[in-house]
Amino acid sequence: MLRRLGTWDVLVIAVLAIVVIVSSATVEGFASSRFWGFLLLDVIPIALIALPMTLIIITGEIDLSVASVLGLSSAVMGQLWMSGVPLALILPIILVLGVVLGAVNGLFVTGFGLPSLAVTIGTLALYRGLSYVVLGDKAVADFPFSWTGNMIEALPGTTIPWVALVVLALAIAFGVVLHATPIGRALFAMGNNDQAATFSGISVAKTKFWLFVLTGAVAALAGFFWTMRYASARADNGGGLELSVVAAVLLGGVSIFGGRGTLVGVMAGVLLLITLRNALQLADVPADTLTVVTGALLIISVVGPNAASMIRARLRRRRPAVSPAAGG
Amino acid sequence: MRLGASVIALSALMLSAVACASDDDGDTPAAGGNASGGASGQIKEGLSVAFLPKQVNNPYFTVSDNGGKAAVEEFKGEYKEVGPSEASASSQVSYINTLTQQGSDVIAISANDPNAICGAVNQARQGGAKVVTFDSDTNKDCRDLFINQATAQGIAENQVKLISDQIGAAGKIAILSATANATNQNAWIELMKTELKKPEYSKIELVTVAYGNDEDQKSFQETQGLLSSYPDLKGIISPTTVGVAAAARYLSGSQYKGKVALTGLGTPNQMRDFVKDGTVKNFALWSPADLGYLAAYAGAALASGMITGKEGEKFTAGKLGEYTIGAESVVVLGPPTVFDAGNIDQFNF
Repeated sequence: MLRRLGTWDVLVIAVLAIVVIVSSATVEGFASSRFWGFLLLDVIPIALIALPMTLIIITGEIDLSVASVLGLSSAVMGQLWMSGVPLALILPIILVLGVVLGAVNGLFVTGFGLPSLAVTIGTLALYRGLSYVVLGDKAVADFPFSWTGNMIEALPGTTIPWVALVVLALAIAFGVVLHATPIGRALFAMGNNDQAATFSGISVAKTKFWLFVLTGAVAALAGFFWTMRYASARADNGGGLELSVVAAVLLGGVSIFGGRGTLVGVMAGVLLLITLRNALQLADVPADTLTVVTGALLIISVVGPNAASMIRARLRRRRPAVSPAAGG
Repeated sequence: MRLGASVIALSALMLSAVACASDDDGDTPAAGGNASGGASGQIKEGLSVAFLPKQVNNPYFTVSDNGGKAAVEEFKGEYKEVGPSEASASSQVSYINTLTQQGSDVIAISANDPNAICGAVNQARQGGAKVVTFDSDTNKDCRDLFINQATAQGIAENQVKLISDQIGAAGKIAILSATANATNQNAWIELMKTELKKPEYSKIELVTVAYGNDEDQKSFQETQGLLSSYPDLKGIISPTTVGVAAAARYLSGSQYKGKVALTGLGTPNQMRDFVKDGTVKNFALWSPADLGYLAAYAGAALASGMITGKEGEKFTAGKLGEYTIGAESVVVLGPPTVFDAGNIDQFNF
């Protein structure tokens, strides 16, 4: 089992390595400290939301409302700031907002037993609509530099933003929970078979509910970072980001059907997606082509692992003498 | 264990990336390096000029950027257009970052958000790029120049003049605006009212301002309403592209066609049919191509050290002639272009 998990993320890391090596050699400006500083700033919000998204998708659910939660958090931040609330107080309020928005998703999915795809497409539109109700088409931008500048501050002597380290620490925490605790094993069990998981004593509904809550909170946190990074609170912030997150998670080898995936693979997927995008951008590839590349990657990441296991299964059938382990 | 191996491989990869990242911290930007020096007072050859519109594949910006391209070819620079496929606030930032890394000499940008791009623009300027905004400005602290397509005063004067000429400087007129709280529209309408107080317009009476909310159908209905409430209405000014097109469509299918004058701010492509069928005599808009052309020349003049962006400095923008930088480092393109049956086919946007 574990052996098969490893295959795809080793492949993703290998592709990432090839992209880095080839780009360093061929794309001017790729191997510069500045490029990596900028790149990490682009990675942060996607990597952040990808963490809980990985857990959700592993349980066989999905949350497409994350970018709208980000946008609504940003809009509420703007409105609160305009009414004179200090940022130190806005941050916890935003997190509570994220918890509430996530709980709404969780309630509909687990309480009413509705499919998460349908529910979160609904809240994707609902939360984005609410963002416009809150802030309209205004942009609130007079945040103090002590916050906005700090949020993109690099570690001394490097171009690595300090926030990237926070994300890395969170990634390690999520990785440990997913791969080395009973909770993590329960998540995989749910993704493989909800009913079997229930019978083996796992509270499926409760766990999934809290996963949606967690995702809401993390998306709100990403909204805070986004607003500070761009020094602009707007209702349209992060529009379409959910697709980048889902693409990165699937590219990282998490099965869209649940039950399979690793957090290391997901982080490699996020890095691959953003590195490739920024490298192509640096090579003056037009925006439309970039979208095509992202789409193609998503297809490959969904089809790839399935095709690979199908081929493996066929080979195994044809040559029964070979031990199954060799297929891994 | 494969998982463990993956973790190690990924960490190693990250470390090597970071290591290679810190190598060249003192990297000097390439800005200006590839431009061959000319005598002062002349635009340098080989300047790299990048246009960053609000979004690519938007007809308005395609025209303005092509105007910029024409200018860049005139002064023998390297032109390029990059930009996001959706006009969101933050999507321009990574493009600015890219241009910074590439060491662009001039970045001409139409900002989706006045603030979201400020940090990135400042980094680009620290890297040696000159930043010119056009069409939509950023905060004035984060760019070198803003190329304004038109002043509110210029638009008001133009619109009142156009309607006055069409109705023989006498009669009732109405304004069909966008939304009641649109800042631009209200500023223009106030200035039009002031303009109408001039003696030459003393016989013109502005009876009402209607709001079509920049929705096609609402604007259409409002036009209908205006004509039924004021049967002796002589003319309508609609200083919004949505409004003027909807009003023209209503008039062209009604008994008022050719009898009630209509002018406003519209695009030639939207208005072409109505100009040709006689519903509309003329209307106005700035030329997006000239806007891009001027932005390119202004950026090149900055990058060549001919101007610094201070108020009162002058520079020459090719075929458009000489421009003077105004307060807050703003350059105004000039009076709007008037489109009529004679010239409308020369424009495609």
